Amino acid sequence: MKIILNNREEELSGENLSVSEMLKIKKFSYKMRIVKINGLLIPREEYESTIIHDGDNVQMIYLMSGG
Amino acid sequence: MRFSEIKDHLSGFRVGIAGAGGLGSTCAVALARSGVGTLVISDFDVIEPANLNRQYYFTSQVGMLKTIALKENIARINPDITVIALAEMLDHLNIPEIFAGCDVIVEAFDKDDMKEMIAETVQTRMPGTPLVMGSGLAGWGKSETIKFRKIDETLYICGDESTTAGDEMPPMAARVGIVANMQANTVIEILMKKTRDYFRQ
Repeated sequence: MKIILNNREEELSGENLSVSEMLKIKKFSYKMRIVKINGLLIPREEYESTIIHDGDNVQMIYLMSGG
Repeated sequence: MRFSEIKDHLSGFRVGIAGAGGLGSTCAVALARSGVGTLVISDFDVIEPANLNRQYYFTSQVGMLKTIALKENIARINPDITVIALAEMLDHLNIPEIFAGCDVIVEAFDKDDMKEMIAETVQTRMPGTPLVMGSGLAGWGKSETIKFRKIDETLYICGDESTTAGDEMPPMAARVGIVANMQANTVIEILMKKTRDYFRQ
């Protein structure tokens, strides 16, 4: 399926991946992050149950310690 | 636009600042100098000597609550600003109450899990309230890696999005200050586009 990931078109193998599966495929390993799908933030507890569909706009932002 | 007009416009807004460390104290001072009318600042920590490498405090204030000291410092810079200082440990339950009515919220935490917590809380429980975050500011140099990203109308990220602060990569005044001022600059940009609500209490 094709999604927009961080403003770039991405082709991912498989249809209807969960957020957890997408993070694994893309090797997004750093543990603290924000995931938004079509502008909606997906809380961490919902990574398994939330499905990314073809055409979705996905934003993934790493949150780094320090302030 | 003249500064007197900018200041007058900004005086009608309320900004929440979550954390009063390097990001929060520096950002708050920039907003106070610019004339943002009300700052709601929350932090439960006291000032330690090690904080003085980057945070907007003085040696005589070591041991004080950061919120009290920051309120005092802002009053010395711009006494027209109302500072609501709260020594609270922020969590997903009290954030919507503490920052209710804020036009923008600045995330100024140190720890990444707290950054994630406030992002989840503000984005899901306070929809429409812009959140300006800091992510990646440790060390020195590499100014070219520090960037600003507008994710959408409610989420803005300032920082290099890659360095993690630690013993070997400490947060330092210059680089933390760049990100903190970038956050303040973003808040001002958001507020300058906003219409003032003259009827608000």
